[in-house]
Amino acid sequence: MAKLFAVTILVIAIVSAIPIVRNTWHPMEDISTHGQAIDDQLSDTMWEAGISFLASQILLAWFIWRFSGDRPGEKTKTFPGGAKGLVAAAIVLVGVEVFALGIFGVKAWAAIYFTPPGADALPVQVQAGQFAFYFRYPGPDGTFGPIHPEQISEANANFYGLDTTHDQDSKDDIVTAEMAIPVNREIRLLMHAKDVSHSFYVPALRIHQDFVPGLDLQLHFTATKVGKYEIVCSQLCGLGHYNMKAYLDVMSQADYDNWIKQQAALQ
Amino acid sequence: MHDTSAHAAAHHGPPTSFIRKHIFSLDHKVIGKQYYGLGLAAVIIGMVLSWIMRIHLGWTNYAIPGLHLLSKTGAPGDVITPEYYLQVMTMHATFMVFFVLTVAPFAAFGNFFIPIHTGAEDMPFPHFNMMSFWTTFVAFCVMLLSFFVGDGPTLGGWTQYAPLSALGPVAGPGQGSGVVIWATSIAIFCVGQLFGALNFIPNILDLRCKGMSMWRLPLPTWAWFITSCMGLTSFSVLMPAVILLILDHVAGTSFFVPSNLVLNDQLQPHSGGSTLLWQHLFWFFGHPEVYIAIVPGMGIISHVLITNMRKPMLSHRILVYSMGALAVLSYMVYGHHMFVSGMNPVSSIAFSFPTLLITIPSTIIVLIWIGSLYGAKIRINAASLFALGFISLFITGGVSGFFLAQPSIQILLHATYFVVAHFHFTMAIAAIFGIFSGTYFWFPKMWGRMMNDTLGKVHFWLSFIGVYAIFMPMHYLGLAGNVRRYQAFVVDYMQPLVGVHQFITIAALFTGAVQFIFIYNFIHSRFWGEPAPDNPWQGTSLEWSIPSPPPHDNFGGRHVVVYHDPYQYGVQSSTGDYVMQDSPEQVKTINEEP
Repeated sequence: MAKLFAVTILVIAIVSAIPIVRNTWHPMEDISTHGQAIDDQLSDTMWEAGISFLASQILLAWFIWRFSGDRPGEKTKTFPGGAKGLVAAAIVLVGVEVFALGIFGVKAWAAIYFTPPGADALPVQVQAGQFAFYFRYPGPDGTFGPIHPEQISEANANFYGLDTTHDQDSKDDIVTAEMAIPVNREIRLLMHAKDVSHSFYVPALRIHQDFVPGLDLQLHFTATKVGKYEIVCSQLCGLGHYNMKAYLDVMSQADYDNWIKQQAALQ
Repeated sequence: MHDTSAHAAAHHGPPTSFIRKHIFSLDHKVIGKQYYGLGLAAVIIGMVLSWIMRIHLGWTNYAIPGLHLLSKTGAPGDVITPEYYLQVMTMHATFMVFFVLTVAPFAAFGNFFIPIHTGAEDMPFPHFNMMSFWTTFVAFCVMLLSFFVGDGPTLGGWTQYAPLSALGPVAGPGQGSGVVIWATSIAIFCVGQLFGALNFIPNILDLRCKGMSMWRLPLPTWAWFITSCMGLTSFSVLMPAVILLILDHVAGTSFFVPSNLVLNDQLQPHSGGSTLLWQHLFWFFGHPEVYIAIVPGMGIISHVLITNMRKPMLSHRILVYSMGALAVLSYMVYGHHMFVSGMNPVSSIAFSFPTLLITIPSTIIVLIWIGSLYGAKIRINAASLFALGFISLFITGGVSGFFLAQPSIQILLHATYFVVAHFHFTMAIAAIFGIFSGTYFWFPKMWGRMMNDTLGKVHFWLSFIGVYAIFMPMHYLGLAGNVRRYQAFVVDYMQPLVGVHQFITIAALFTGAVQFIFIYNFIHSRFWGEPAPDNPWQGTSLEWSIPSPPPHDNFGGRHVVVYHDPYQYGVQSSTGDYVMQDSPEQVKTINEEP
């Protein structure tokens, strides 16, 4: 039975690795300028984790195969080099491995979080609320009008609580349910939570950031490929969580200019 | 070391009435079994809830006959609503994490075996020990109550992120009374666990018999000691956190709710609270909790393996130091749950390195286990199979930690099924394999009868293949960006993944059904199993030198003296290839240190 168990472990390990090697399921194509570093990091980690996984399972299976059952006349033996060799191996191999991963990983992280957006980045605000995203563009004046939480009204479609009667800056603000951005143009995303925590997860853009009620956050990114992608909420926000999503439409600059004009006319 | 006054503190006469013997018992062994029974009840509830979830994820509109009996509003026509899915999910996690993974490997086995392993008659504070169980039992009943009160249990997940959890009924079904009941139950649970830890630690430090130095303690007792220290410092943070959460509901405070939140077009009457404060408090408990679930399993399977390998581990001390390192590091890594939470991105890096560092003691533990198998004479039985299975599962769960320790990779994998796979392999399934291994191994001692080993092996084989079939594909789903805590997959790019979910559902139903083999074996063996000898596995530690089941005062009034390190196997003695810890026989012993 020990031998069968060893073979089972081996088969499970190999079968588990096949979809990874064949790349059957994988992150969707990256359309960001910063995403390549994340993908490289994922790939390096996959190699190191994959080798560790297979090597450990194979070693486990081999020893179970080899050292099971009472073998009369044979004395129990100790692993050559004893515990110290294994501890040294763990510290040197795994220590080097994880620190290398950690240090390279910092670079990928820093590219997103420790670099300021360019001065000409296009500002777009996103507000998350149960269970929809709404986007706001500042209009020709380039300034967002203030949010008046007490005036927020889904019933009146005033999703941001804008007071266009009194606030000059709000008058040309454009609020939409879909996010459109020009391709190859840096976007400065201003994140605002209306009610509870949500998340802004766009796998294609390699962007994932929670909305924090009471704390407005900023992100910046550049999309490099025209197309329609999905924005989903990944932070449990209530009964409609699974259905909280929006589209990100990456357009040519000309298409974007047209789109924003149409949206302005609809306000 | 041998302190007669401390012994006197633990001494109490055998009970005479049924109630004192079986219900409000002061005997650590009865309390251990009560905890085990509670864990068993909770795991059945948790498993049935997971079936409901899995069926729904595979076939969203499938009517589960009779489900409306659980909740008329949650499952009209036996099909569950989106909110009821989340409520079921929250309760699955809550029952499993608190009432199974904390209760069974730690409180149940720990209670039964710590006094025996240390050579004591009982815990130092038997009344506190009894209160520990009954407090936990009350917490369990309160948690069950939430199914039947108001609009059902909370839907906020076991992590209960604020402000969703703190705003009250306006935030959704179960977010009013459901959260208050949840938080009350958890607060009571924390008290129970603190009572438990306050018994375990002094027992191990002060009630050791003559000759029992700390290094002569068997590995599970070391694991329970380390776990008790973690429990003491983490439950004492969770308790005030949930009390503040309750106050936000009932006393008009705003610890976790900032100003200017709008729900249902209504400005909420809160201000000044912090969303991230809850996450810091919760995860300061939450990450050590992961190790509270897994470290006892590490101790248990080491103990089982050593007995079945007929040789000690390569190094007793390095295993203990590594488990200790896991415990210390577990407080420094909790921020990896919050990489994309809005916490300062510099903090993410600060939390990333200890998280990567924790792979070193984990790797050392795994390599010591595998290295110790070299040259062994492994006996294959249900207990040793589950112990070896634990190692395989822990490796699998461990390597996915490489990914989740890195903030940049979490941009892709945070809150996806990759995370679900990772924590199920480690803290859930590996820990449960540890419980099974301990059960097959110690059942003869705890209940005085042998379990059926053939059924145990069948249980193992089907479970081992089953859990891989359930949780391995979840890694692939995570890589493809499948977000967790969704009740249906209406997002375009997730729809092609439903086939994988259906496969997982079938595997989960199958693996769940297999557990009834264990339950049958457990009940049948409890009443009709072969009577167990005192030392069925030829073990060396003190539990094997007393009758099965042990008498009320464990050692029959004998003052135990220990002469040997815990795992003297592979020696030549009058009993065979081992010498028991309390045997005065002088043999050429093995130095358990290299």
